[in-house]
Amino acid sequence: MGRLVARRLLWGVPMLLVVSFFSFLLVSLVPGDPARSVLGPLAPQEQVDKLHQQMGLDRPLLEQYLGWLGDAARGDLGTSLVTGTGVGQLLTPRLPATLSLIIPATLTAALLGIALGVASAVRGGVLGRLVDVLSMLGLAVPGFWLALVLVSWFAVRWQLFPATGYTAFADSPVEWLRSLVLPVAAASLGAVTAVAKQTRDSMLDALNRDFVRVMQANGLSRRSIVYRHALRNAAIPVVSVLGVICASLLGAAVLVENIFGLPGLGSGAAQAAVQHDIPLLQGTVIYFTLIVIVVGLVVDVCHAGLDPKVRTT
Amino acid sequence: MSGAVGLGRFLGGLLRRPLALVSLLWLLAVVFCALFPAVVTSRDPLEQDLLASLQGPSAAHPLGTDRLGQDLLSRLVHGGASTLWGVLVATVVSVVIGVALGLVAGYLGGFVDAITVRIAELLFAIPGVIILLVVFAVFPNNVTAAMVTFGVLLASGLIRVVRSATMSVRQELFVAAARVSGLSDARILYRHVLPRLTSLVIVQAALIAAFALVTQAGLAFLGFGPPPPQPSWGGLVEEARGVVVQAPWALVPPGAAIALTVLAFSLLGDAVRDAATQSWSSTKLVRRTARPRASSPGDTDESPAPEKTLLSVRHLSIAIPLRSATGDRALTTVVDDVSFDISPGEVVGLVGESGCGKSVTALSVLGLTPGGGSITGGSCLFAGTDLVRASARQWGEVRGRGIGFVAQEPMVSLDPTVRAGAQLAEAVRRHTKVSRREARQRAVDLLRSVRLPDPADVARRYPHQMSGGMAQRVAIAFALAGSPSLLIADEPTTALDVTVQAEILALLRTLSRERGMAVLMVTHDWGVVAELCDRAIVMYAGQIVEACTVDSIFAQPRHPYTAGLLRSDPHRVVDGERLPTIAGTVPAPTEWPTGCRFADRCDLAITDCRRAPVQLSDSGPAHVARCLRSDDLLLQTVPT
Repeated sequence: MGRLVARRLLWGVPMLLVVSFFSFLLVSLVPGDPARSVLGPLAPQEQVDKLHQQMGLDRPLLEQYLGWLGDAARGDLGTSLVTGTGVGQLLTPRLPATLSLIIPATLTAALLGIALGVASAVRGGVLGRLVDVLSMLGLAVPGFWLALVLVSWFAVRWQLFPATGYTAFADSPVEWLRSLVLPVAAASLGAVTAVAKQTRDSMLDALNRDFVRVMQANGLSRRSIVYRHALRNAAIPVVSVLGVICASLLGAAVLVENIFGLPGLGSGAAQAAVQHDIPLLQGTVIYFTLIVIVVGLVVDVCHAGLDPKVRTT
Repeated sequence: MSGAVGLGRFLGGLLRRPLALVSLLWLLAVVFCALFPAVVTSRDPLEQDLLASLQGPSAAHPLGTDRLGQDLLSRLVHGGASTLWGVLVATVVSVVIGVALGLVAGYLGGFVDAITVRIAELLFAIPGVIILLVVFAVFPNNVTAAMVTFGVLLASGLIRVVRSATMSVRQELFVAAARVSGLSDARILYRHVLPRLTSLVIVQAALIAAFALVTQAGLAFLGFGPPPPQPSWGGLVEEARGVVVQAPWALVPPGAAIALTVLAFSLLGDAVRDAATQSWSSTKLVRRTARPRASSPGDTDESPAPEKTLLSVRHLSIAIPLRSATGDRALTTVVDDVSFDISPGEVVGLVGESGCGKSVTALSVLGLTPGGGSITGGSCLFAGTDLVRASARQWGEVRGRGIGFVAQEPMVSLDPTVRAGAQLAEAVRRHTKVSRREARQRAVDLLRSVRLPDPADVARRYPHQMSGGMAQRVAIAFALAGSPSLLIADEPTTALDVTVQAEILALLRTLSRERGMAVLMVTHDWGVVAELCDRAIVMYAGQIVEACTVDSIFAQPRHPYTAGLLRSDPHRVVDGERLPTIAGTVPAPTEWPTGCRFADRCDLAITDCRRAPVQLSDSGPAHVARCLRSDDLLLQTVPT
């Protein structure tokens, strides 16, 4: 188990390197002067030159990158071009709102999705078709569009939940919860249906294994066969899908945080992109990648718990 | 290669699915609108009319107008182009990268493969949307640059799918043959491997397109699409957001356009996948109580079971939904009027080639007819209970406690995620009221009773830590947990090594004697019958064709099928001699003839054999056979 965690953490290092280098490479690919592209065509040339120097663009790409990397290793992710504040100082306070969105959304997806998937695999028939239709809708209906519909009904028309804004948990747990209901609902619809479909498929697969027949033939209870043995086997691929979903919710967070005015990493990144604040964006890339690495770690630990083959080799 | 034929059949199959057809038509319509917006609507998407702002649908504006009085239909139609362009770019980039890397990695293997897998893993883990924001920060409003990047990031799924498919195709013989005959690698990939991957790639491409569309619309919604006032679908949602209180209707057209197009992509992908796999889902979990579908004949039984019989099967018929030659699936009889008895402690072999209905019969006795089939007639009396009409409670008494079951493949008959000891303890607790501790102890005892040398160690093992023989002993112990008086074993040695086979057979014989346990042994191996059984029942094409004691079946088979099987038994052939076989194959249940079902493969068949069904008739003491020419056969097979 310790080795598993260590291996996953080690794998995170090249990942961080590649992702950060990738975002540097993108900046260098810009035709002309990235500083000009950041400031726009109307900015005076001396301002552009100043920014050019500030961004370190006069140095070769590799040197720029290694310099940034050295700073980053010491916890300095650079300074924002817009506010001049340290990137870490800007991003860390945005972490709670993002985590308050993606963790509950992942849990919702896990609970509802697995329940729906198992029910449709075991019952089949109408329920199975319902899950099919739902998963199609979940894939087709864009989360940001659903968010707007939810706002117009639940916030504007019925005023059940705030339309925008975020209350920190420490300030008021009830308000925190209320401010998250609609964002989590909007972010998790697609996730719930994806998990339901995966659960149904892997549950059908598990129920088609020989051990199910052997257990039934030798008189084990139906409940134990379905919910203990088959479900545990089916859960292994479902956990992988949950990991992927949790990571993809980071993408959804960009939109959902923007719509509901949550001060998270996603809405911050969108704002930074509008303002061409490249150091801030590169810092966000690192934060997102770290979250993805942690998610991968959690998935691995769950796999080890579920699948003895992972644990014992 | 029959590439053109394959594509034609493939398209034909696709068009037979109405949802796929509708999806295809919708996508074509969307593409047409994007290419020729002026044909669809004459209004300029940028023409403002402030007097007609925020109108609902009307004759002049079929989808209404926005805040500036611009026509929503026109904006939607004109906005399709930039949206679809992004989807096209991302999909093409993904497919090119995914197919190229996947093919190369899967075909070359080794180092190249290891590197590619790592790259795919990395691409998969990169948070995509945030990278796109970086792209937009340096290439403002450049949809193409963003979607090229997105295509690269999305390629990982395709790389993996194409890689593993290429690997499996490469393993196949025809590629090996192509290599030997000197085709270049590139030609093999192009001619032999690529065509096989087409449907896989289409499925993945449809998924990528759907995902790219949603992402692209989301980014346009955030203002990273084409610069305003140029319309795009995501941008239209953003414009609707601004007026969501006054005119919620404006959300509907762009939302519907996005949702329907995504839906069309994924439905099309699903249809392609289904057309390619043709799978039909059924599980091995049988309904709570499998009741006979047809009314079974009453208990007007001409041959009542002897008093001391343990299991008495009478006129058992079983039907399973099967695909016939015409392609329709219909409930087809696969076991036809089967009757036999098993006495306490008796070991009976159920013999025949695969496809004769042996396993189906054995599983149906346990109420576990495979493949969604059911018992259509007859009865099945076990220790006083008619299993064909048993309630859930009666099954609870019979399965495990009355009848135990051992399957063919030991490695998959155990739950891979549970230790042997825990699995056995669960069965023990199900059958007897004991504490957890006691159950664990009994589990170890059971493992000892199947002659495992270190039962405590085996109890701690998971199935993947066992050898085949060890796993089969555990599976036997599992079947013994409820101390059954009958053990049904479905080819329990077929999947094992020869030396292990002998050990398992010896174990079954010992267990049967020690416990006075009857065994119904499903097998195609005469060695097993000779080794273990008291009596043999030979099945052919769903019927019993011969039944008698083992001694007399080996000495004097009364059915040509039995005689043929015995002749082709590898155990009885002298080294160096050619192994005789029975020409032809078992007819499929959909193609059973009216007369003798073996006639087509029989040397002795005469016209009468084919005329009418042949009855099972007495052919000696405790010996029945279903053959008109039993006596002639007897003359032919003079014991050597």
